[in-house]
Amino acid sequence: MSVQKYTSQDAAVNILFHIIAVIMILLIVYPLWFVVIASFSNPSDVANGKIWLWPGKWDLSGYRELFKQRQIWVSYGNTILYTLVGTFIGLAVNIPAGYAMSRKDMAGRKWINIFYIIPMFLGGGLIPTYFVVKAFGLLNTFWVMVLPFSVSTYNIIVVRTFFRSSLPDSLWEAAQIDGCGSIRYFFQIALPLSKSVLAVIGLWTAVGLWNSWFNALIYIDSENLQPLQLLLRRILITNQSLLGAATGTMAQELRRLSDMMKYAAIVISTLPIMCLYPFLQKYFNHGVMIGAIKE
Amino acid sequence: MLLLPSAVLLFCFAYLPLGGVLIAFKNYSPALGILHSPWAGMQHFIQFFHSYQFTVTIKNTLVISIYGILVGFPLAILLALMCNQIRNGLFKKTFQVVTYLPHFISTMVMCGLILLFLSPGRGLIANLFKLFGLEFPNVMASGQAFKHIYVWSDVWQHLGWDSIIYLAALSGIDPTYYDAATMDGAGTLQKIRHIDIPLILPTAMILLILRAGSILGIGFEKVYLLQNIQNILSSEIISTYVYKIGLQGCQYSLSTAIGLFNTVVNVIVLLLINFISKKTTETSLF
Repeated sequence: MSVQKYTSQDAAVNILFHIIAVIMILLIVYPLWFVVIASFSNPSDVANGKIWLWPGKWDLSGYRELFKQRQIWVSYGNTILYTLVGTFIGLAVNIPAGYAMSRKDMAGRKWINIFYIIPMFLGGGLIPTYFVVKAFGLLNTFWVMVLPFSVSTYNIIVVRTFFRSSLPDSLWEAAQIDGCGSIRYFFQIALPLSKSVLAVIGLWTAVGLWNSWFNALIYIDSENLQPLQLLLRRILITNQSLLGAATGTMAQELRRLSDMMKYAAIVISTLPIMCLYPFLQKYFNHGVMIGAIKE
Repeated sequence: MLLLPSAVLLFCFAYLPLGGVLIAFKNYSPALGILHSPWAGMQHFIQFFHSYQFTVTIKNTLVISIYGILVGFPLAILLALMCNQIRNGLFKKTFQVVTYLPHFISTMVMCGLILLFLSPGRGLIANLFKLFGLEFPNVMASGQAFKHIYVWSDVWQHLGWDSIIYLAALSGIDPTYYDAATMDGAGTLQKIRHIDIPLILPTAMILLILRAGSILGIGFEKVYLLQNIQNILSSEIISTYVYKIGLQGCQYSLSTAIGLFNTVVNVIVLLLINFISKKTTETSLF
């Protein structure tokens, strides 16, 4: 009798969980889908709420206006460059550090650990950091976007945990007996065995760089160095029309067109990430789990 | 050797600025440089404590931050507990892929989406209201609504992602516990209550400590982007204020003092919560 009761209750709970899950999926997918269809639709149909599930009258004016802007090409190119170079630097800096930290025979390990962890919680703040960047002559340069803030203690910890759990000490001992030095061991044995952690850290860094704009806001003035996200700020947030000013009916028309540009801008700026997403999903998941292992 | 690049960068861009907090105790003038500017003692801190913005920015920061923790933290755990019960592999996979997705959207795009959807008169939500003959108010102009917009859009964007870590903890639970519970006649909810929750508690505590440690450090980006003249009284937080008076207003010393105050409070809260947690649940960071 009691077993019966529990199973029927379990079935109810199970159905409830599935219903909640379906509602959540719809709540996430629909807004994103709406942006896509709105970007292809007639501006006044979108503004008047005639578009719900499918694009109405096909209209590409948002994209057309967007692509006419020279700045969008400049910014898009900049962001691609920042992302590529920044990811490379991020890997070159954090992977060796994580590997070194994973070695139990490293001299002064405790102090080095503390040295890396303190900046996670203590920082000089905006103004002192700004002055330091300025003193290094990095203001308004390409490098400020990719170099100064490329060290990530969190990533280093993930790499360290990975090496500790996947490279047995005996491998290092065996290599040593064969006369292999520390550096050579890292490049010829440890690195080739760590493709998955390279992918995790690389993708992680790349998404961060693609989406970042704070450093550009603080350290970059020149439009020629402006990344995509800051241009998006002009289009999406501060509403600086790239189309110029107008009055009367023209103004309403322009406002709708600028709405279209917003939808189009969201689509083209998020597209690369969404294309990478299947890979990101898998590796990120993996990364969070490695990061979660606490010693 | 392998540590050198990262150590040098950290020293230059994390430790040198740490020395730069001297600015907070001086009347900094660019012409004299940090070391030669005259000392000001605690003057800038006192000025901040007595200013009108002190209570406003601290209150806003705390309200948004604590509200975010109260909502986001338990929801992420609930989501993980729920997802863990879904047995259908394909459906579960789809659910996870979809709920993680918004996490990868940039803050900029997210704020753009919020503004577009909430736009009065022509946004998606306004049009949805119109279907039912209702008028959608201009919520972006309302100070009251700001915290709700901030917190719930965060939930939309990051909830799935935040639950991953609990799912990982749940997948590590020994299946024999469940078998034993089934033998004893426990239902799904009882298993969640008596097996899942106690076993992910340590993970939850660690994350709570970390969240609490940044209680005054909620993201500059999203608040700054969603701010406007109408909601500024409820949306000015410490970090946006530091940016405005520092880099836009050029009051370098005052801005640094406020930033330093913020950091110190964060560290104290972190240590405090860590201490409490150590005493009560024996979980701690260090």
